[in-house]
Amino acid sequence: MTTVKTRNEIRFILNSEDVALGDVAPSETLLDFLRLKRTLRGTKEGCAEGDCGACTVLVGRLSGGKLVYESVNACIRFMGSLDGCHVVTVEHLRGENGNLHPVQQAMVDFHGSQCGFCTPGFVMSLYGLWMKSPEPSDAEIEKALQGNLCRCTGYEAIMRAARAISDYGKVARDPLLAERRAVTARLEALKDGSRVEIGAGKSRLVVPADVDDLAAVLEAEPTATVVAGSTDVGLWVTKHMREIAPAVFIASIDGLHGMSEDKGVITIGAGVTYTEAFATLAKRIPALGPLFDRLGGEQVRNMGTIGGNIANGSPIGDTPPPLIALGATLTLRKGTVRRTISLQDFFIAYGKQDRAPGEFVEAVHVPVPAKGENFAVYKVTKRRDEDITATLGAFWLTLAKDGTVAEVRIAYGGMAATPKRASAVEAALVGKPWTEATVEAAMAKYAEDFTPLTDMRATAEYRALAARNLLLRFYMETTGTKAPLQVSRYEAA
Amino acid sequence: MTEHTPNLKAAKITGGVATDQRHDSAHKHVAGTAVYIDDMPEPAGTLHVGLGLSNVAHGTLKNVDLSEVRSAPGVVDVLTYADVPGENDVSPSGMHDDPVFAQGKVQFHGQPIFAVVAETREQARRAARLAKIEYEELPAIISIWDLDTEKDKQVASPLTLTRGDAAAAIAAAPRRVKGRMKLGGQDHFYLEGQISLAVPGEDDEVTVYCSTQGPSETQHLVAHVLGVPSHAVTVEVRRMGGGFGGKETQANQCAAIAAIAAKKHKRAVKVRLDRDEDMTATGKRHDFAIDYEVGFDDEGNILGVDYIFALNAGFSADLSGPVGDRALFHCDNTYFYPNVHAKSAPLYTNTVSNTAFRGFGGPQGMVGAERVIDEVAFAVGKDSLEIRKLNFYDPMGAPGDRNLTPYHQKVEDCIIQRIVAELEESADYARRRREIAAFNNNSRFIKRGMALTPVKFGISFTKTESNQAGALVHVYADGSVHMNHGGTEMGQGLHLKVAQVVAEEFQIDLDRVKITATTTAKVPNTAPTAASSGADLNGMAAQDAARQIRKRLAAFAAEKYQVPTDQVVFLPNRVRVGNQEISFNDLVKQAYLNRIQLSAAGFYKTPKIHWDRAKGRGHAFYYFAYGAACSEVSVDTLTGEYVVERADILHDTGRSLNRAIDIGQVEGGFIQGMGWLTTEELWWDGKGRLRTHAPSTYKIPLASDRPKIFNVALTDWSEAYEPTIHRSKAVGEPPLPHGMSVLHALSDAVASVADHKICPRLDAPATPERVLMAIERLRAEAAPKK
Ligand SMILES: Cc1cc2nc3c(=O)[nH]c(=O)nc-3n(C[C@H](O)[C@H](O)[C@H](O)COP(=O)(O)OP(=O)(O)OC[C@H]3O[C@@H](n4cnc5c(N)ncnc54)[C@H](O)[C@@H]3O)c2cc1C
Ligand code: FES
Ligand code: FES
Repeated sequence: MTTVKTRNEIRFILNSEDVALGDVAPSETLLDFLRLKRTLRGTKEGCAEGDCGACTVLVGRLSGGKLVYESVNACIRFMGSLDGCHVVTVEHLRGENGNLHPVQQAMVDFHGSQCGFCTPGFVMSLYGLWMKSPEPSDAEIEKALQGNLCRCTGYEAIMRAARAISDYGKVARDPLLAERRAVTARLEALKDGSRVEIGAGKSRLVVPADVDDLAAVLEAEPTATVVAGSTDVGLWVTKHMREIAPAVFIASIDGLHGMSEDKGVITIGAGVTYTEAFATLAKRIPALGPLFDRLGGEQVRNMGTIGGNIANGSPIGDTPPPLIALGATLTLRKGTVRRTISLQDFFIAYGKQDRAPGEFVEAVHVPVPAKGENFAVYKVTKRRDEDITATLGAFWLTLAKDGTVAEVRIAYGGMAATPKRASAVEAALVGKPWTEATVEAAMAKYAEDFTPLTDMRATAEYRALAARNLLLRFYMETTGTKAPLQVSRYEAA
Repeated sequence: MTEHTPNLKAAKITGGVATDQRHDSAHKHVAGTAVYIDDMPEPAGTLHVGLGLSNVAHGTLKNVDLSEVRSAPGVVDVLTYADVPGENDVSPSGMHDDPVFAQGKVQFHGQPIFAVVAETREQARRAARLAKIEYEELPAIISIWDLDTEKDKQVASPLTLTRGDAAAAIAAAPRRVKGRMKLGGQDHFYLEGQISLAVPGEDDEVTVYCSTQGPSETQHLVAHVLGVPSHAVTVEVRRMGGGFGGKETQANQCAAIAAIAAKKHKRAVKVRLDRDEDMTATGKRHDFAIDYEVGFDDEGNILGVDYIFALNAGFSADLSGPVGDRALFHCDNTYFYPNVHAKSAPLYTNTVSNTAFRGFGGPQGMVGAERVIDEVAFAVGKDSLEIRKLNFYDPMGAPGDRNLTPYHQKVEDCIIQRIVAELEESADYARRRREIAAFNNNSRFIKRGMALTPVKFGISFTKTESNQAGALVHVYADGSVHMNHGGTEMGQGLHLKVAQVVAEEFQIDLDRVKITATTTAKVPNTAPTAASSGADLNGMAAQDAARQIRKRLAAFAAEKYQVPTDQVVFLPNRVRVGNQEISFNDLVKQAYLNRIQLSAAGFYKTPKIHWDRAKGRGHAFYYFAYGAACSEVSVDTLTGEYVVERADILHDTGRSLNRAIDIGQVEGGFIQGMGWLTTEELWWDGKGRLRTHAPSTYKIPLASDRPKIFNVALTDWSEAYEPTIHRSKAVGEPPLPHGMSVLHALSDAVASVADHKICPRLDAPATPERVLMAIERLRAEAAPKK
C-alpha cells in the first residue's frame, strides 16, 4: 500500500528540449532513443556493451542540489534511469559564436580524428573532463579516456588536443555551464516526488519515489529486476536480449546515494556510484584509490554502483574482495525489515547470494583501517585499464608487538566461484613472524584455498602463480622498501 | 562553409602537396555530422536483418527448423541459401568456397546459416535466436599448432622461395639454432562494424551503400550472388569508420545479403552486425606457427636460413594464399640472407576464414625474421642490435652484392643504416642500455628492457592487375573542381592527399576541390584500397586526369591569346598567359564558352613490377618503405604486468604529401602493432567458439597503454627512389610492425632474469601471462641443476 503520487511518464531534458515520454519500454536504451527515435546520429554504436565509448553522452543530474555532468555510455543506459536528468549529446556542443566548441576545435587542429567514428565519444568524454578540470594532467586525461577506444590514431594526437583545450576557450564561458542555473531550476522542477509507473507486464517500468517506496515496490513485486547503474543489466538486454520487466530503476533515488562516516566506519548507500565513492574512499582508505582508477572506464564508473557490484554476486567483481578484507558488513532490506550481515557471508555460491526475493541491498559499511592495520589490494588484468580481473587479491593484516602476525584477512576475486577468503594461507601466517620466509611458506598454501579456472582471461596456472606472488608484493610493501614494487604509468604518485 | 574568394596574389596555393593539412572531414567528425552508413536517413519502409549463426565448429546440418523464427513478431522473411538468386558464394579468390549462407554443412562456429528480415533490427535479432537447428557434429580442427604442413589440408597453393642452398649452408655453418614461434592473430576492431544498406532500383538494379574497402569487388560479388551483370549493381561508400583490411573482402557478405533481401522484397534493407557477431563471423589477421632454422658464424653473420610459415587460413581460401606469400616476401625484413629457403602453408581449420589485416602477412614475416635475429644474438652473446646491423642489406648508393631478396629482386633503395643510426642517436640507445643494466641490478622485482627493431616494407600488390587505378575529375564552369577516384576513405586521409595532388596540378586552393563518395558508377574496376597503395595509385590517376584538363586549358589559352603553350603557366589560383594573368576561374569560364571539355578520366598502372609465382622470382615491389622503432618497457616479474616507458620511431614516407597525416598513420600503426603483439588475444575454447568476441574480453590498446614518452619523426631527407606521386612513399601498413620493438623490449626484460644468457623465445601476444610464464621458464632453466 503506498500513498505516493504516481506519474506515467519520464521527464528529462534532451539538449535544450524538455521531454516527457509516456511510451517507453523498460529495455529501451538511450542510444536507440537518440539514433532511432530522434535521428540524433552523432552518437555512435561501436559495441553496445559499455566498453568502447563511441556512444558517450553527458548526463547532468542533481547531486546534493548541485548539477553535475558525467560521461556515460548511452548504449547501456536505459531511458527509465533518466528521469530528472539533462542529456547532452554531441549535437548540443557549440562554441561561443556558434563555432566549434573548444574541445572540438582542439581535436580538429591536433589531428585527433582519423576515421572519425570514435570521435564524438572522445569529444564528449573530454568535454566532461574539461568542465571539471580545465587544465588536466596526462594522468587525468588518460583516466577520463579509459572508456574510449580509438583504433586509428594511437591516441597521441588526442592527448595533444586534450592538453590544449583551454587554449581555445575558457570554461567560464562554456554555454552549458553558463546555463547551469537555469538547467538546475528546470531539473528541480522535474523532481516532484512522484513514483513513475509505465506499462504493464512485459513493458512495466517503475521509478520509485524514494527508498521507502522502493522497498514497497519490491515487496509487492519481488520478481522485479532492480536496475542501478545498468553496467551489468544493460548487457543482459543488448547482448542476451533478456526480458527485464518489471524493471525498477533506482539510480535516481537520492536516499541511496548517501555516504557518511561514524566511529571509523564508512556507510555507503547502495546507489553510490564508483565515481561518488572514490572521492571519499581514496582519501580515507588510500589503498583503494588505484583500484578505483582501474575499475571499468570513466563512463562505467559514473554509472556503476557499489551496491550493484556486490548484489550481482560476480566472482570477478572488484569491490567485494577488498571490502571483505576490510571486514565490511551489508545491510539488506525487505519492506521495513532490515538485517545486517557480514559481506563475506552474502556470497553463498556461484550465482547464489543471501538475498531473499523482494529484498535489496541498502548499504555497505566499511571499517577504515586504523593506524597499524596494513591494507592493500592488487588487481591483475591482461590490459592495464578497463579490463576485468584475472585475479585480484586484498590483504588486511595487523602485527603483534613481537612482529608476529596478529590478525589477517586475505580475500580474492577471480579464483573461485565467489569472492573468497584464503583461509589456509591466513592460517599459515597467523602467529608467525612477518618475514619473507613465513610468506614463502604461506604461498605454498594457496593450492589448498583455490583451484582457479582457465578461461579467455587467464589460465589456471597463471591465476595461481600471480595470486601467490601478490602476497609477496604485499609483504614487501609492508617492509617499507623504496624499491619499485609495481609498474606504474605515473612517476611516484 | 563560406564561399571562398581565391587569392590571386598568393605565392603559393593553400593545401598543395607536401603541406600539413587537417583531415578534410575533421570538423564533421568532431561535430558528429560526418555521415557513416548507419547515419544515412533510411528510405521509408527499410527492413533490417539479423543473422542466424552456426553453434558448432564443424558439422552437417541435419534439420533446420525456422518456423518459430518466421512467426516471430515483425518478421517479413527468413533467407537461406535457397533464396540466393545467383551463386551462393562470395569467395574473392574464385575458389567458390565462401558461401553466403551455409548449405548442407557448417565449417566454423559463427558461420551464417540464415538471415531474418524484419521491420526492426531488434525484432530481427530476437527472432534469429528462435531457430532450432540440429547438427551432426564432425571432428573440428581449431588450431594449426599441431598440423602437418606437408600432409594436412591447405586452402590455397603454398609458395616456396629459394635462393642459394639453405640446407647446405646451415649444415656447414659453425653454429646453428632451430626453433618454433607461436604468433597470434588479431581482430580488426574497426570502431564501425560491418554494415550495408541496399536500395532496390528498376529492373535488376540495386545500389548498395557499403562500408567496404573494395567497392568494385563488392559490386562484382553482389552481381555474382544476384545473378545479374555488374552494370546492374552500384556500390558507394563515402567513408568507413575504420577498415584496416577487415573490409577488403569481409564487407561482401553483408552487402550480398542486403542486396538479396532488397531485390526480393523491393524495399531497402540494412544489415548491420552487432559487435559480437562481427567479431565471431568475420575474418581476422592470421595466426602463424613459424618454424625456423638458422646457420651463422661466431660473429653473428647469418649464412643460411630455413623457414616454414604455417598460417591459419580458417575454413576457406579468402586471401590466405596471398597473405602467406607476403609473409615470405617479408621474412627477410631488412636482412640479407646468403642462402634461404622459405615456404608458406595456408592451413585449413574450422575457424572463421582469416583475411587481410594491415600488413597482410608482412608483419608476421618480419616477426619471424626478428626472432631469428634474437636467437643468433643470444647464441653469440651480443646485443641484438649489433646482429641486426651486421646482417642489413647493402645501403643505397654503395651496393655490394648483399642486396638480393629471397624472391630475387634487387634492393636498390635501402636506407635502413641511416635510419637506425639516426634513431640510435636520438633515442640515446647506448646510454639507456647502460642505465637499464644498472637499474636491473638494483631492482629485485621490476625489470626493464629495450629493443630497437627495423622495418622494410614492400610496396605494390603482388597481384599485378591490382596495381591500377582510375580517377574522374570535373572542372565546373565556375572553376570549382569535383574529384573522384577509386580509392576509399577509412580514416587514412586518402581523399585529402589525392585532393592535394589535384589542387597542386591546377594550382588552385584545396577548398576548390570537392571530395566525393567513392562509387563504382564513376570509376570502374578499381583495386581495393589496400596494400598501402591508396595514395600511390589514386594520386597518380587523379594527377593524370587533372593534367589532361590542364593541358586542354593551356592549349586553349595559347590559342586564344596567341602565345606559345610554354608561355601558359599555372600560378596559384591564376594562369599567366604571355604577359597577362587571368584567374583560373575566368580561364575556365572562357574555356567552357569555347566548348573545351572540362572533364577527364585518369588512369595509372604501376610500372616495372612483375612476379612469377611458380618460379618464385620477380620484381614484386615497386619500392620499399623503411623505418625503425626503439621501445623500452618495465616488467613486473611477480605478475608479468608491464608498461611501455618510451618509444622512439623514425619512419620513412619519402617526400611526404602531408606530414600531419603521415605522423598519424605512424602513431596509429605502432599502437595497433603493439596491441597485436601484447594484449590482443584471440582465444578459442575447446569447441571452437571464439570467447574473446567483444571489447570486454578482447583488449586493444587504450590511451593509457601508449608509451609514456612517445617520439615520432619522419625522415625529412628521404625521397622515393622511383618516380612515385611527388616522390612520396606509402604509409598505411609499414609502421605497424614497429610494434615489434615492444615485443622485443619485453623479451629483453624477461632475459634479464637469466642474465641475458637464454633466448626468452617470447611468443605473441605477449600478455602479462605469457611474460610471467617466460620469466618462470627462464628462471627454471637458469637455476643450478640439482
Ligand atoms: C565496460 C565495463 C567495464 C567493467 N569493468 C568492471 C571492473 O573493472 N570491475 C568490476 O568489478 N566490474 C566491472 N564491470 C561490471 C559492472 O560495473 C559491475 O558489475 C557493476 O558494479 C554493476 O553495478 P550497476 O550499478 O551497474 O548494477 P546493475 O547492472 O544495475 O545491476 C547489477 C545486478 O545487481 C542487482 N542490483 C543492483 N543494485 C541492487 C541493489 N541495491 N539491491 C539488490 N540488487 C541490486 C541488479 O538487479 C542486477 O542483478 C564493468 C562493466 C562494464 C560494462
Ligand atoms: S557503443 Fe560501445 S560503449 Fe556504447
Ligand atoms: S579515429 Fe578511427 S577509431 Fe578513432
